Amino acid sequence: MNESTEKHQRIRQLSLGLLFGIIFGFLLQKGGVGKYHVLMGQLLLEDFTVLKIMLTAILTGMIGVFWMNRRSWVELDIKPTRPVANAIGGLLFGMGFGLSAYCPGTNAAAIGQGNFDGFAVAAGMIIGSYLFAEAGNFFKSGFFDRGNMGKVTLIDLLKTTRRPTIALAAAALIIVLVVVERIGGR
Amino acid sequence: MNSFHPAAILAQAADVSPLDYPGPAWSPYLVGFLIGVLSWFTLLLSKDTLGASSSYATISGMLGKVFAKKHTLSLAYFQDNPPRISWGFMLFIGIFAGAFLAAATGNELTGRWLPPMWEARFGADSHLLRTGIAIAGGLLMAVGARLAGGCTSGHGISGTMQLSIGSWISAAGFFIGGIFVAMLLYRI
Repeated sequence: MNESTEKHQRIRQLSLGLLFGIIFGFLLQKGGVGKYHVLMGQLLLEDFTVLKIMLTAILTGMIGVFWMNRRSWVELDIKPTRPVANAIGGLLFGMGFGLSAYCPGTNAAAIGQGNFDGFAVAAGMIIGSYLFAEAGNFFKSGFFDRGNMGKVTLIDLLKTTRRPTIALAAAALIIVLVVVERIGGR
Repeated sequence: MNSFHPAAILAQAADVSPLDYPGPAWSPYLVGFLIGVLSWFTLLLSKDTLGASSSYATISGMLGKVFAKKHTLSLAYFQDNPPRISWGFMLFIGIFAGAFLAAATGNELTGRWLPPMWEARFGADSHLLRTGIAIAGGLLMAVGARLAGGCTSGHGISGTMQLSIGSWISAAGFFIGGIFVAMLLYRI
């Protein structure tokens, strides 16, 4: 690939990123998840907006992504499963989420809609990211890497084919959505 | 009233309800569906998935390069993930603009430091407390996200939809930890 094509490719990729980001941010705000009380309401189990958005996105995304993958249009982009790192990192993240109410993506949406306390969350995230980098190999150690399963999905775990797994996951997601809608809240 | 004093905090209304404040402008099912569709197109056209947390690390690396270039570039994390403008970083920048557009068109621009629900619980003079808690929250989220390998977007939406086991474990952790701390803040 010559240099100008490479540059053109990079500009196209970055522009697409910006466009997708604008759409994502627009949707997050319209979905109410730039609002402190909607996020905190989910963690207090009184407002289920966040769960409704996430589960509907997962359901829609899953069906489309696996369908496109089957037709060889897209490659899956899966992160390795490291149970210890996922669980401990997930819980640490969750505690920070509970304190700030904004998560990294919705924090950007919160700032975009004018919630200035999001800047303090961003400052904490930036400092925390640097501290993580400073910690170097500590978080890569054997303890955190115990049970590393590599890039593994539910399909591999159930030792079955795709279609039944996806059907099962879709059914489970729909059931949870129906239950959440029934028990009310928002 | 000194809002840092535990008794003062407890004296505030203990039954602040998130439902007293306006909900989403659009149906969450519509928004979820559209985010799902968006995820098809990011994978199809950009070969990448929605995520946000690593962009804060990119910014930390960029700032690190300004203040301590040699040291920053010597860190393994920044060698593996060079702090430069990428697709994911542009996506992150776009979120601010998109949310601003959405709030402006929906008359939902807030322009305030303290969220109303926070204020109802911790008082109108609790700016320092909110700032401290927000920074602490950000710190924990950054370390947690880097350790787990993603955040509510990267694992919670992009990874779970591909049925990745690690993403489902992480997402469970996000909500277990979050519910625990939220209950401590508002319901104890």
